Amino acid sequence: MDLYAEEILDHYKHPRHFGHLDDPSLVYHDRNPLCGDEITLELKIEDGKVADVAFTGHGCAISRAAASMMSEEIVGKSLDELKGWDKESIMDLLGIEVGPVRIKCALLPLKAMKAAVWGLAEDE
Amino acid sequence: MSHSESHTPDSGDTKCAPTRALDVETIRAEFPILQRRIHGLPLVYLDNAATSQKPRSVIDALTRYYEQTNANVHRGVHTLSEEATAQYEGARAKVSTFINATCPKEVIWTRNASEALNVVAYSWGRANLKRGDHVLLTEMEHHSNIVPWQILAAERGIELDFVRVADDGTLMLDNLNKLLTSRTRLFGFTYMSNVVGTINPVKELTLAAHKVGALVLLDACQAVPHMPVDAQALDVDFLAFSGHKMLGPTGIGVLWGRRELLNAMPPFMGGGDMIREVHLSGFKSSELPWKFEAGTPAIAQAIGLGAAVDYLSQVGMDAIHQAERELTAYALQRLPEVKGLRILGPSADKRGGLVAFTLEAAHPHDIAAVLDNLGIAIRAGHHCAQPLHERFNIPASARASFYLYNTREEVDLLVKGLHKVVEMFTF
Repeated sequence: MDLYAEEILDHYKHPRHFGHLDDPSLVYHDRNPLCGDEITLELKIEDGKVADVAFTGHGCAISRAAASMMSEEIVGKSLDELKGWDKESIMDLLGIEVGPVRIKCALLPLKAMKAAVWGLAEDE
Repeated sequence: MSHSESHTPDSGDTKCAPTRALDVETIRAEFPILQRRIHGLPLVYLDNAATSQKPRSVIDALTRYYEQTNANVHRGVHTLSEEATAQYEGARAKVSTFINATCPKEVIWTRNASEALNVVAYSWGRANLKRGDHVLLTEMEHHSNIVPWQILAAERGIELDFVRVADDGTLMLDNLNKLLTSRTRLFGFTYMSNVVGTINPVKELTLAAHKVGALVLLDACQAVPHMPVDAQALDVDFLAFSGHKMLGPTGIGVLWGRRELLNAMPPFMGGGDMIREVHLSGFKSSELPWKFEAGTPAIAQAIGLGAAVDYLSQVGMDAIHQAERELTAYALQRLPEVKGLRILGPSADKRGGLVAFTLEAAHPHDIAAVLDNLGIAIRAGHHCAQPLHERFNIPASARASFYLYNTREEVDLLVKGLHKVVEMFTF
């Protein structure tokens, strides 16, 4: 089944960068109340670049795989570059077609990352 | 004992045909969509609590109306308008008979059940509630029977109280007499939970509310489509339900209310059809039921709902209820075979035709997505009942909900599909 490609399931079952950082520079918590997906993203910033990243939370396979894949990808990227990330950046990483309902799951990690690098305040 | 049997109409009611088994194969043939294939597989539609499918007779009624009768109602004196008006008001009379209202004037058309509940909050609530008054609801309500009251609470300073839900998904009624006080003006509750499936003891709760002088607003969305509902016998004051969950079209719902209450309530919306006369200095409201029906109504949809009521009556509500109870009991027996599956809600004797559950291995969205690939449609999420999910400390659940066209074989396919979900997501 396309949505649950081998790579997606692999990231779901063995998420990369899952856990906490010792001394994060940025922490952002976000959730998708509609489906209950939740993520806390921690970023370690050095010289304007992501030195390390970690995430915790719970959610469906799509949101967790997206968080895992995104975390792998953003290490070493500059904050300016990450500010320019959009929906397509995540879709390219996932490499699957995501329908209009599940897109919110796929984009939750991006939403948290963008809010963190732009320095937005958390809603709650 | 079964709660439901205690508040369905008396078996002595001569209007009820004797319960007979459903001829499911014949019924299925009358629903064109059930011929569809999803991802190459036959559709197994188990999302009936969200919306039901439509029989040919309802689809034909809509087409026939648009092809032969389309005109505005209550306005023209030409033939089409008279025919449209007769069909539209005829549908109201059918619905009135279906729920045993005292008369069709008490049947108010709304867009859906949410709007029906909102009419009570905005019209009755604004005219009758003042600071310090209490409204009692339950923790298992759909958002549409919580949010209108929260809006009113913020506006009017009224207090909201909630009957809590026990671990088994039934209402905790031990302290009901503490929650229902002389300051309680209205008790709003659902006949049947759209998540845990619990059928509430409507007569008992209504009696308790009336003892303290509170009115009763019954959300009968999950009840009217699935079991005989007698508005007069239940003795409630308002009753709300939607058409699309009972084989009818979307865009049409019903608020039934006691005539003296409806007569005393101010109009909900202003506009055409709801007025007797309008002058620049003011207006006089029309009489019931049109007082609450501003603007050109959902004419085709009302007529379609009339056709749905005809269909349901012909099959027999007792037979539908019985078949769904049996199917649900079968599902409750088979679902625990799936590893890590937790069922929300009470035993079969206390619930209607739906089962919500969680799986240890997978998020409800993933469950629903994998099942969809097998042609099986279920609901995943919080089903517009977030407080109830918070009470069970879960973000979401998966829900299979049944109707008259569902079969044991479909329950078997669901169970088989869930085994596959577990296999896919276990590591």
